[in-house]
Amino acid sequence: MAPGATFRFNTKFDQTLLLGKKARNVGELCQGVRSVPDASIYYHTHKFLQQHHYLSPEPPNDFAYWTTQVLNEATLGEQLSSVDIIQFHAIAALRQRIADLLDGYLQSVYRSVDAPEGQEFYFMSTQTFVLATRYEARDLAEFAAALRHISIQSIYFHVFDATLRLAQGENDFSLWFRAQGKPRLADQLLRLDPYTYTLEGLRQALIAIVERYADD
Amino acid sequence: MPTINDYGAVIGAQALEELLLLGGKLAGKSVLNINSTAVGGGVAEILTRMVPLLREVGVNAKWDVIKGDEHFFAITKSIHNALHGVPAAISDAEFDYFVETNRRNAAEMDLHADFVFVHDPQPVALVEQRQKCGGHWLWRGHVDFSRPDLRTWNFLRHYVELYDGAVFSAPSFARELAIKQLLIAPSIDPLSDKNKELSQPEIDAVLERFAIDPSRRIITQISRFDYLKDPVGVIKAYKMVKRYTDAQLVLAGGGATDDPEGPKVMAEVAAEAAQDKDIFVLFLPPASDLEINALQRASTVILQKSLKEGFGLTVSEALWKGKPVIASAVGGIPLQVAHKFSGILTRTVEGTAYWIKQLIHEPEYARKLGVNGREHIKNNFLITRHIKDYLLAFLSLEHKGDIVHL
Repeated sequence: MAPGATFRFNTKFDQTLLLGKKARNVGELCQGVRSVPDASIYYHTHKFLQQHHYLSPEPPNDFAYWTTQVLNEATLGEQLSSVDIIQFHAIAALRQRIADLLDGYLQSVYRSVDAPEGQEFYFMSTQTFVLATRYEARDLAEFAAALRHISIQSIYFHVFDATLRLAQGENDFSLWFRAQGKPRLADQLLRLDPYTYTLEGLRQALIAIVERYADD
Repeated sequence: MPTINDYGAVIGAQALEELLLLGGKLAGKSVLNINSTAVGGGVAEILTRMVPLLREVGVNAKWDVIKGDEHFFAITKSIHNALHGVPAAISDAEFDYFVETNRRNAAEMDLHADFVFVHDPQPVALVEQRQKCGGHWLWRGHVDFSRPDLRTWNFLRHYVELYDGAVFSAPSFARELAIKQLLIAPSIDPLSDKNKELSQPEIDAVLERFAIDPSRRIITQISRFDYLKDPVGVIKAYKMVKRYTDAQLVLAGGGATDDPEGPKVMAEVAAEAAQDKDIFVLFLPPASDLEINALQRASTVILQKSLKEGFGLTVSEALWKGKPVIASAVGGIPLQVAHKFSGILTRTVEGTAYWIKQLIHEPEYARKLGVNGREHIKNNFLITRHIKDYLLAFLSLEHKGDIVHL
């Protein structure tokens, strides 16, 4: 991103895709996790965050929810819900971590239970459409002002999708702050764990950081 | 009828602005919806609302209906039942007549459009004309496909796989197909009589009409009287609760006139409800939307204890009213309720009774479930989300890739 470049806020819309593939037990879940497309891993680790963005703390990812609530495997569920997604900068590594936890479980049990009929794990995926909004910022004051008005989908795209799906290593906001000669602000933003906020809470946290470090 | 701008007050100006932004990406594109009836039935009801709203967001949406005689519709009724898992003996001659009727319709219809959106099995074979007419073709199965009669499904599948994409209402309805499959859940209309805001006097008037005491707790299940909705199980759960906690029970809904087991279910419900004047069994006529709305709004806890369910939109209707809901983990209900976050999922009479008591005795937790449930519906199950999903479905037929910059 060039110094002085205008930041254009985008928003996004997700179309959920059905993969026609399901798992009845942890073994089949593990096979599925290893073989589905990246967008499916992203969908199942982020759907709750997006669909239930008003809850704090948000429910865990789909894998944790299903193993806990349907298979009644509390320990595995806790391990899966504790996967610290912010540490992953590529889907491949996140997929590997989830598969390793499922493998570890399979090696530790004599037999794994099957889900009741109709409550199997259905693998899904997502196709994301990105559109430019009318909001843009040429400096930090305009950036903070825009943050108050953009939609939560916009925040979601620039923070979550940009980091993990676009595999940039960091989010769009911190990249722009660096280009503006504000490395301290960018670093402060990266210290924030967006997965522990509701999206409205995240908006407020972002505004507070931008305002606090704007002059540093 | 409400306009698209009226929904801004419900979903927020920002969400409405983004919906219009998305619609702008399809401005002027033609979408031809095709089903088998202009009035009556869920699909016609949805299209009656969706077509004008799609036009308002900029899409040139149209709606056409296929014609058929009694024999054709008797065959499609058998197909419908077979897709629900009822064993069917549809003959080859009947399948041939089904296809012939589709071909006769195709010869009379103008099928030219940017997107041809065919709803349900009746017009599915129109897709044979796609090479001649062009455009992208999308098929939506509105019914529960989770356990179809395989011979019937394989007949339909041949046609479904000629489309560019297929839409299903719940993940469990998806089939293994060679084409793209999209999930589009049904929706409720927050501005309809069944879901719009009501004043307290309006709610009280309905309770008074049915002699329900507004000062005491009300447990409610809204559904038709059918074994699959387990009304007897609901009464049993209520009786377990009543041993320790005062409450009234309202079972309200219509009877399924074409259900031969209907009278037997009614008799069992009446027998189970006898000798408790706090159980209100209300057989409501069609067009009782305002009454259902008021009963839901007056409730302390709302149940949907179905043994089998399609999507179960009554759950969304209850959650939209901010009510704590206890529902069975069947059909599309788990999409609407995340257990202990936006409602409670149960599997047994005893579990249902346990959670009714918990929610009655912990009103703050019950309130929080209701608040979360309403937010979940607002974000995921309102008609505006349905419009957004239709727009995305059309765009997804035009664009490949996980992330598409428009």
